[in-house]
Amino acid sequence: MSDNPLVRFQNVQKSYDGKILVVKDLNLDVEKGEFLTMLGPSGSGKTTCLMMLAGFEPATYGEIYLNERPINNVPPHKRGIGMVFQNYALFPHMTVAENLAFPLEVRKMSTSERSDRVKRALDMVQLGDFGNRRPAQLSGGQQQRVAVARALVFDPDLVLMDEPLGALDKNLREQMQYEIKHIHENLGVTVVYVTHDQSEALTMSNRIAVFNDGVVQQLAAPDTLYERPENAFVAQFIGENNKLRGTVTDLDDGYCVVKTATGAMVYAKAVNVKKVGDQSTLSLRPERVVVDPEPGAVQNMFEARVLELIYLGDHIRTRIALLGREDFIVKVPNSANHAFLAEGETVTVGWLQEDCRALD
Amino acid sequence: MTETTVATIDDKLLTKRLGKAMFRSRLRAFMLVVPVLLFLLLSFVIPILSFLLQGISDDTFSSRMPKTTMVLSEWDAVSEPTEEMYAALVADLKVVRANKTIGKVATRVNRDKPGTRSLFTSTGRKIAKIEPPYKESLPGIKKKWQDIEVWQAMKTASRKYTPGYYAAALDLKLTSDGSIVRQDENRRIHLTLMTRTLQISFLVTIFCLLLGYPIAYLLATLPVRSSNLLLILVLLPFWTSILVRTTAWIAMLQSQGVVNDLLVYFGVTDDGTRYSLIYNKLGTLIAMTHILLPFMILPLYSVMKGIPPSYVRAAKSLGASNWTAFWRVYAPQTIPGIGAGAILVFIVAIGYYITPALVGGQEGTMISNTIDDHMRKSLNWNLAAALGGVLMIVVLFLYWIYDRFVGIDNMKLG
Repeated sequence: MSDNPLVRFQNVQKSYDGKILVVKDLNLDVEKGEFLTMLGPSGSGKTTCLMMLAGFEPATYGEIYLNERPINNVPPHKRGIGMVFQNYALFPHMTVAENLAFPLEVRKMSTSERSDRVKRALDMVQLGDFGNRRPAQLSGGQQQRVAVARALVFDPDLVLMDEPLGALDKNLREQMQYEIKHIHENLGVTVVYVTHDQSEALTMSNRIAVFNDGVVQQLAAPDTLYERPENAFVAQFIGENNKLRGTVTDLDDGYCVVKTATGAMVYAKAVNVKKVGDQSTLSLRPERVVVDPEPGAVQNMFEARVLELIYLGDHIRTRIALLGREDFIVKVPNSANHAFLAEGETVTVGWLQEDCRALD
Repeated sequence: MTETTVATIDDKLLTKRLGKAMFRSRLRAFMLVVPVLLFLLLSFVIPILSFLLQGISDDTFSSRMPKTTMVLSEWDAVSEPTEEMYAALVADLKVVRANKTIGKVATRVNRDKPGTRSLFTSTGRKIAKIEPPYKESLPGIKKKWQDIEVWQAMKTASRKYTPGYYAAALDLKLTSDGSIVRQDENRRIHLTLMTRTLQISFLVTIFCLLLGYPIAYLLATLPVRSSNLLLILVLLPFWTSILVRTTAWIAMLQSQGVVNDLLVYFGVTDDGTRYSLIYNKLGTLIAMTHILLPFMILPLYSVMKGIPPSYVRAAKSLGASNWTAFWRVYAPQTIPGIGAGAILVFIVAIGYYITPALVGGQEGTMISNTIDDHMRKSLNWNLAAALGGVLMIVVLFLYWIYDRFVGIDNMKLG
């Protein structure tokens, strides 16, 4: 972490009603030029954090710094932060070009520079010919691009995006994810992005802050978050995850043994267990489970019964009964010589100690 | 080529089938609105049309004095009346005297030449004993029959279709030779009244907008619980009789009323120079603004309710100050509500009647009070109809102007 982050949340708390804390003691730095996503289920406090940063909600306690300047008492229009709203919030009574010129106009920029910048911004989002249209005459994706262009046209240091792709269909959403990512890379602007869609967060972000219950559960790069989740919530929220519960019977040098309810001993990597006798949730990614492993290749090997097979093209999603659970998922890749399973069949599955993470 | 032909045939068939399929549902929809259409036709369209017709047609004279009407239509309105004309007049007068409608005829002529009512009625009492030649005997009863202006007034009154009432509504006068001139100075009242009506309606609309806009904004932005309470307060006046509300204003504003008492108490004025807040234009403006305020607030509220807060937030995040965000982003989006509210208030105000009658005094009454006067006191329904027609034309004209500059489809009532 660098010494002068662009944004710093310091012990920020927020309560709307004076009883419940929506954001509990948030400490978060956003570095210059990074794409940071606040990810979490609805009601986790992520949008509130964004609104506090934009200046639409005051922080109940704590301080937010922008460029090392406390901004709690700076009104939104003096913060110089661009924002893309969930419903785009394009002004319906202005044309696209007028919408884009608005932030330049209130900054008293000259007419020629204004039209210059508007043109550049429109070209950036490939809408060069749409300047004279009204927002209502554009499709959802086009409106989205205009909203992004408008938030960037006045060269803010920081752009906030509040679930901007929520209203688009799946294909368009994916396309826009790449476009926003590329715009971010090309302009080097800092983006704080809020979403509840984990794949969106994984696609676009440099770092992701996973929110739950007003607390940042983990702040890390997408791959770290996926591969090394620090607690059960993160493991469950990011990607698909098999859960096994048990008691820690042995703990040594970062590895542990967990005894499940069925009495089976599972070797796992100790991530978030403190002592022998603790309850622990084991987290295991479906694609890390090996069907029919070579004896000795993996530390954990168990007998399982195949319950359901779903053909998904690139992989076969297999539900098996294992260690007393019937919702254990295995992804069998559709590779040249993959295992052919049948429903009802008994099969051996196994996994590396390294891949099975013992969490809280 | 063949394909195109087939498509065309298909198209026609399709349209036909579609029409057939739609016919039943259209018929059903029409049957549902038939009662209300009939009701509107009988209670609204027909009365209005017949009343408007009264503004240009008047057979009071022509239907009761047919012989006189005939000879007057051939008369050039300048030469001396002939014996034949006198004879026709006497014959008609005998009939209307006998069937007791001479009063109506007299009233009708009196409108065109004031002071002729008694001429008819007193002549009527002696008409049975009159002998020819009438050219001498009729002026024998009343010398005024020699006055050519009486004859000219009768000629004007005898026209069945006449622009005279509309002319009168515009402070013009129809002369016996058919030309239209301005009314005598001391009898010009309608145009003054019309301008005053427009002025009061306009001011009331402006006041309602100024007072209603912040309330509507508050209603639209407050949390639901408090905004519901406020909405009830806005609607409360609707549940009170208009008469009660107006009289309440009298109690408030009269010279011995609450407001003046308070002003005296706080030393703003002293007992001798109490303000006259009522029985003048000011009273009409205050009371009407109060009564019409909900008509402005409700459309504004419904439009503002539909504006998501993110627009203003977006404007602020783009660097607009509170005022700029309001003026450039919020206010333009409330124009449909302003238009609807203003039109509603203006149109209701322009025909307002009870309140100006009660609190308007001399200078605060409006054109509708005059119309009422002609309907109930002077019984000149034709002039009342003409005044109503002029009022309607003015309103339609303003509506057209509004449509030109703002656009009717831009209006949103809810």
